[in-house]
Amino acid sequence: MLCLRHIVIALAGLLLGSTALAGVLPEDRSDVMYHLYEGGGVRIDGPSVLMRKQVGSSTSFVTNYYVDMISSASIDVITTASPYTEERTQWSLGMDYLRGNTTMSASYTTSTESDFDAKTYAFAVSQDMFGDLTTLTLSYALGDDTVGRSDDPLFEREADRQQYGVGLTQILTRNMIATLNYQVVTDEGFLNNPYRTVRYADPSVPRGFSFEPELYPNTRTSNALGLRMKYFLPYRAALEAEYRYFTDTWDIEGHTAKLGYVQPMGPFTFHVKYRYHDQTGAHFFSDLFPRAQATNFRGRDKELSPLTSHTLGLSASWEFIEQPEGWKFLKRGSLNVSYDFLAVDYDEFSDISSGQPVGSEPLYELEADIIQIYFSFWY
Amino acid sequence: MKRFAKAMLLLVVAAGVSGCSNFEPWVKPYERDRLADPIMALDMDPVSSSYIMHVYEAREGARGGEGAAGGGCGCN
Repeated sequence: MLCLRHIVIALAGLLLGSTALAGVLPEDRSDVMYHLYEGGGVRIDGPSVLMRKQVGSSTSFVTNYYVDMISSASIDVITTASPYTEERTQWSLGMDYLRGNTTMSASYTTSTESDFDAKTYAFAVSQDMFGDLTTLTLSYALGDDTVGRSDDPLFEREADRQQYGVGLTQILTRNMIATLNYQVVTDEGFLNNPYRTVRYADPSVPRGFSFEPELYPNTRTSNALGLRMKYFLPYRAALEAEYRYFTDTWDIEGHTAKLGYVQPMGPFTFHVKYRYHDQTGAHFFSDLFPRAQATNFRGRDKELSPLTSHTLGLSASWEFIEQPEGWKFLKRGSLNVSYDFLAVDYDEFSDISSGQPVGSEPLYELEADIIQIYFSFWY
Repeated sequence: MKRFAKAMLLLVVAAGVSGCSNFEPWVKPYERDRLADPIMALDMDPVSSSYIMHVYEAREGARGGEGAAGGGCGCN
């Protein structure tokens, strides 16, 4: 089962979020992307194709086709299971309806893999007000997941997700715009990975530890508050800054900050960014439990460990079809290449593949390369 | 959740009331040329930012609240 289960709600956010420009429909646009993530023994790549087209004067449709082709020999896999390959396919369809200064959006997303199915229904309303200086967006998404096991056709568990969001975008000056987002996500059902195990001290075996299935609480509620600001510099370039505070009922508390700089040069646009994330661990996370079934809930998912991550990103866009000339029916066209380097330091998750004596293994560190290459066309 | 519902109601009422007011924007429509520049878009490349947020949500314990949830500058 792919650990990237949040993609469905994230993509619902894409379909709604990018369309939440109240008072005006989003531009007709298509993107054809190849994406690659490689790090920590995991390689995930595939295409993503997005098409958006306005029909009539007040309705716009959008669809997205996305594939993850996964080849995994991650630290979890090599220490407790066998490397595997997997494919996940996702389809989304959404529409926006504009009436006056109000935009109403709805979308449906379905994701399928051999042992995990997800469906998401998302809705949003955006309203421009105060002379179009302010845009308020309210959103809601409902996710319905079915979790299976590839080695047990009878295994089937359900999980429901609900996401509530409020977004406020504000023009502050003629050079500065800011957006404030608040999101609540509630999960209920089978929330852990059916394959993943936790480690506990076991003096009866030579290596000193054994594994047992992880067991998460059946509910989780998280709150996230994010502020993003963008500033037009005295010359033609933009500076962006972002901060996000996160907290949830599993006792994870996180701080995320990002800085970015955008510099156009003729037909090229360069974008450099740095992102920092720091979080505490879930209350039921432990790298090594003292014994079997030591606590009611237990997990050893490294993403639930206290951790710090750094991302340095560089991207370049070349606009090879420019306005106002255009080409045939295309108004604009660009080729975009993006590279992100992600480094994660885990504060409590050990690298048990090192073969060191139990309890003295080095902490695990992850480094990943993330590449995106895509064409964008406006018409 | 009740608190959240109350906050929602308040925002909706505020949005409704705003429609009846004669508000004078402090940044006039003709002063929004810089905000209309594509480099000032809060989400310049939705496909790319959605993908990278997906990576972060898979590699970290936090979720939501990042990115641009929407909004425009009224300059189109």
